[in-house]
Amino acid sequence: MSDDLILLGHDVPAASRRVRPLLRESRTFAVITLVVVIVVLWESAKLLFHLPDRKLPHIGSILLEFGTRTQGGSGPYWGVLMLNNAAATLGEALTGFVLGGVLGCLLAVVFTASPLLERGLLPYVVGSQLVPILAIAPMVVIGMGHLGAPDWLSKAIIAAYLTFFPVTIGMLRGLRSAPPDSLPLMHSYAASSSQIFWKLRLPASLPYLFTALKIAATASIIGSIIGELPVGAARGIGVVVVNAAQYYNSRPQNLWAAVLVASLLGLCFYGAVVLAERLIVGPQAQT
Amino acid sequence: MQVQAPVIAINNLTKTYEGGAGQVVALANVSLQIGAGEFISLIGPSGCGKSTLMRLIGDLTQPSAGSIAVKGKTPTCARRDRDYGIVFQAPVLYDWRTVQRNVELPLEIMGQPRSERARRSAEMLKLVGLSEFEQAYPRQLSGGMQQRVAIARALVFAPSILLMDEPFGALDELTRERMQGELLEIWARTNATVIFVTHSIPEAVFLSDRVVVMSPRPGRIEAIIPIDLPRPRDTLTREDPHFFALATEVRERLRHS
Repeated sequence: MSDDLILLGHDVPAASRRVRPLLRESRTFAVITLVVVIVVLWESAKLLFHLPDRKLPHIGSILLEFGTRTQGGSGPYWGVLMLNNAAATLGEALTGFVLGGVLGCLLAVVFTASPLLERGLLPYVVGSQLVPILAIAPMVVIGMGHLGAPDWLSKAIIAAYLTFFPVTIGMLRGLRSAPPDSLPLMHSYAASSSQIFWKLRLPASLPYLFTALKIAATASIIGSIIGELPVGAARGIGVVVVNAAQYYNSRPQNLWAAVLVASLLGLCFYGAVVLAERLIVGPQAQT
Repeated sequence: MQVQAPVIAINNLTKTYEGGAGQVVALANVSLQIGAGEFISLIGPSGCGKSTLMRLIGDLTQPSAGSIAVKGKTPTCARRDRDYGIVFQAPVLYDWRTVQRNVELPLEIMGQPRSERARRSAEMLKLVGLSEFEQAYPRQLSGGMQQRVAIARALVFAPSILLMDEPFGALDELTRERMQGELLEIWARTNATVIFVTHSIPEAVFLSDRVVVMSPRPGRIEAIIPIDLPRPRDTLTREDPHFFALATEVRERLRHS
């Protein structure tokens, strides 16, 4: 059962191996071009429309913010402080991602096995996502606080709350994506239901699972940040964002820098999932 | 001919489906005896129940009335005893497995050790001429090669009965004829009984010992035509006047159905 997942293969056809470096070069080129275009548009918009720093600070001053010390020059660098807080958020998001991912997969497996449970419970799963997360976040944070749970756990739970839904839906679709006639084929070998699950349904579901996990990765970061917004949170990029927002008029570049860190955090997480997909799904991953 | 108990005995088999517009009779009172090692083709227009008959024998669907005995057992027992190798029209290969691991799949399910699996799959891939492609992935292969992998997978556990549902239906004419020749060579080396569903007249005549002509609404057997062309058959067989005579006979029976 396990080798099914590991041996999904690393073989790349010779032709595409030859194409790879070229592709990679052109991709790097595209990324650099895009960054340059954004910088040019940004700065020219600022110049043309006479936008004050309060509305659109210089990109340079945003980047310089990372090298500025906090507390009027006596504290640590903003860059270090933001990265420390981002690391805390990442920890919460990762925990929530794992919790939500496992819960989502379990629900999908249960629903696949029992259509009755699916019909009964799926509406609640969908409904859970219709409740504004901003309303739930303080409840979870305060409720968990009363229970004496560590600070980061309540944030992870909010991240999991946003994460399990796409995973449930994606995995549910994936577990039903076995190609036509592949089930009769397994029956003709008199395969047991667990063999059908491990050798057919699960590997066939992986592309769908990873699509869901990519959505879940970014959602888990958002979930953690929302969990950090209620008053009393001590660490996390959400805390930095809230603080920066309070001083926005006097120091706009600080909020922009915090937002930049938060987006890069999400991008890195997303990238990690894409990488995992390449390693695990292998040549089947095309998107 | 030797008198022996048939491998497959079908008696008054009827299969009905509940369709949107009421009951659809897919098969009505079909009886057929198939001998050990025989190559049987089921031919007929769409809706004549030829695929249904194959699936009933393979225990992939259940009859409404009548009975099937496979080596004296019910089809369910035969399936559990792994008597069937099945090849569908689509190759149904698993994209995430290499060719070798696709062929090994049935052995894996049957709990064979790794070394035995590797040995058997290598042997089978050699038989279908795909030894160099062991480590390739299905989507790197052509349609004909994929179907060869499917045949290797069906034969790798040496089932006594091979059920083939229009396996060459999606292939071009030339590939198709080459595959038919290869199939006969493979069949000659196994002792398998083959039930081959097709709607190609030359294919049925070229391959079979007997061609079962079926007709639709309700699906039933119209005629059973013995094909007495000598074996081994090759390209010359296709140019034999007797081949044409037999093909004409099958065509006439199909037209009357």
